[in-house]
Amino acid sequence: MPAWLFTFVAVLAVLGALGVILQRNPVHSLLALVLVLSLIAVLFIALGAVALGFLQAIVYVGAIMVLFLFVIWLLNLETEPREGGRLLVKLAAAVLAAMLAAELAALAWRAAPGGAAAAGALHQGANYGSMAALAKVLMGEYLLAFEVTSVLLLAAVVGAVALARKDPGAGPQSSTPGRLEPPLR
Amino acid sequence: MSSELVIGAVKAIVVLLLVLNLTALLLWFERKGSALMQDRVGANRAAILGVGRRLGLPNLGLVNTLVADSLKLFTKEDFVPAGADRFLHALAPFLALFPVLVTFAVVPLGDVIRLGGRTVELQAAPLNAAVLYLLATLGLGVYGVALGGWASNNRWALLGGIRASAQMLSYEIAMGLGILSMVMTYGTLDLQAMCRAQGGVWLGWLPRWGIFIQPLAFVLLLVAGIAESKRVPFDLPEGESELVAGYFTEYSGGKQAVFMFTDFAEVVLVAVLLTLFFFGGWQVPYLYSDGFHLPGGFLLALPQAAVALLGVVAFFVKTLVFCCFQLLVRWVMPRMRYDQLMRLGWKGLLPLGLINVVATACVVVLAGGVG
Repeated sequence: MPAWLFTFVAVLAVLGALGVILQRNPVHSLLALVLVLSLIAVLFIALGAVALGFLQAIVYVGAIMVLFLFVIWLLNLETEPREGGRLLVKLAAAVLAAMLAAELAALAWRAAPGGAAAAGALHQGANYGSMAALAKVLMGEYLLAFEVTSVLLLAAVVGAVALARKDPGAGPQSSTPGRLEPPLR
Repeated sequence: MSSELVIGAVKAIVVLLLVLNLTALLLWFERKGSALMQDRVGANRAAILGVGRRLGLPNLGLVNTLVADSLKLFTKEDFVPAGADRFLHALAPFLALFPVLVTFAVVPLGDVIRLGGRTVELQAAPLNAAVLYLLATLGLGVYGVALGGWASNNRWALLGGIRASAQMLSYEIAMGLGILSMVMTYGTLDLQAMCRAQGGVWLGWLPRWGIFIQPLAFVLLLVAGIAESKRVPFDLPEGESELVAGYFTEYSGGKQAVFMFTDFAEVVLVAVLLTLFFFGGWQVPYLYSDGFHLPGGFLLALPQAAVALLGVVAFFVKTLVFCCFQLLVRWVMPRMRYDQLMRLGWKGLLPLGLINVVATACVVVLAGGVG
């Protein structure tokens, strides 16, 4: 990937990220986040991790962000007034932000000298970044973690459905209005 | 290097123009076909210049649909309702159209052709993760519709947008499962390789097309595809009798035309996908790289260029058949209710898709298909 292309996409992604936190309308923030996630997918693809890049686009941009949109609509979020907020919250946020900045700086400082060599070492074999290579790692080395994660997600889905039901005591007959089927004849 | 670039650009432009023109023709077919089938007064006799009548044909009305209609749409006032989000209102139609059009980049229109010692794949972007690309762009299609509904500051439009996004998300799963079983069957994510795998015959006469080994996946993809393109019987997002026009209620002129165009481009896309996965793409039955080998042992030798051309023609014939089929469905089916739609998607297609995927996996493993 040429340096100018990386710079261009990276700068756009950072601008998008700024948009996420600076927009006051939640839908605009969400769109900025969609932009950031798409650009990260582009970066993945351009760096050779093609399968991962497309998966990023499918999972985050195509599914999760659409659900976010639903959440915004269902909660009926309005444009947020610019409030002061509590001092303690502000202080905690500042500390956390400083910690994150320090972490990023440390990473950048440690990665800087051998950056190119490290990136070269990542390119192992001809089918690096392909679906087959990704699948071998997921279904081999990390099989247990992969399967446990899917069970965890399933549990989360079941839990969400249980929480979302209006009246847990009532049977399914009384809580589903979609049962109003017209008589057959 | 630069000639590669030129070939790539030419391929991209040709594919784009083919899709755009086919879409416009479908628009014409929809009007005239419905008029023919339902005896609709007006569309079956309106004819500027009367080209068809002069040739002794039934009334074609090509000028009406292809010239007068588009002129009308693009010269109409572009109305934006008060309180609407002007930026998103303008962006939404293009956000809807763009993912559909870029999807065609990975569609193989034919086998390779040889140009001056150079082998050119008849595919705008020969990508070996084409199926992933396809799923990614299909997933993007929701935004245009959903945001169009939201940005209009109109309750009908918002309801249409919410209906559309819920419907598209639900049926994307069934569609993905159908595509997944085809990926497992062929063992590749490359659409061109899938088409190549569908060449040849079984038992000496049956073309090795996907439909014969995965009929259930075909049904899944067909139904989910029609639902994704939001057409009857799944046109609840724009149901006229309930929501005025759904997510594009507050659109007029050019922007509304873009939404309408998106719908028809999606019809073409679904037809192309069905052709690629289940009907051999550009494969012509009994046609091999050196000519026809008919079941009786009869051989008709053909030059390579003719074979490639026949492949492209076959691809378009199959695509047109499925386009027409989808348009015909519109005039013979009533609209579903929303609970029926959701029940079909989640309780009908999803379990069927899961069963199909598991069954395919078992067969593939038993047949020793995985290396």
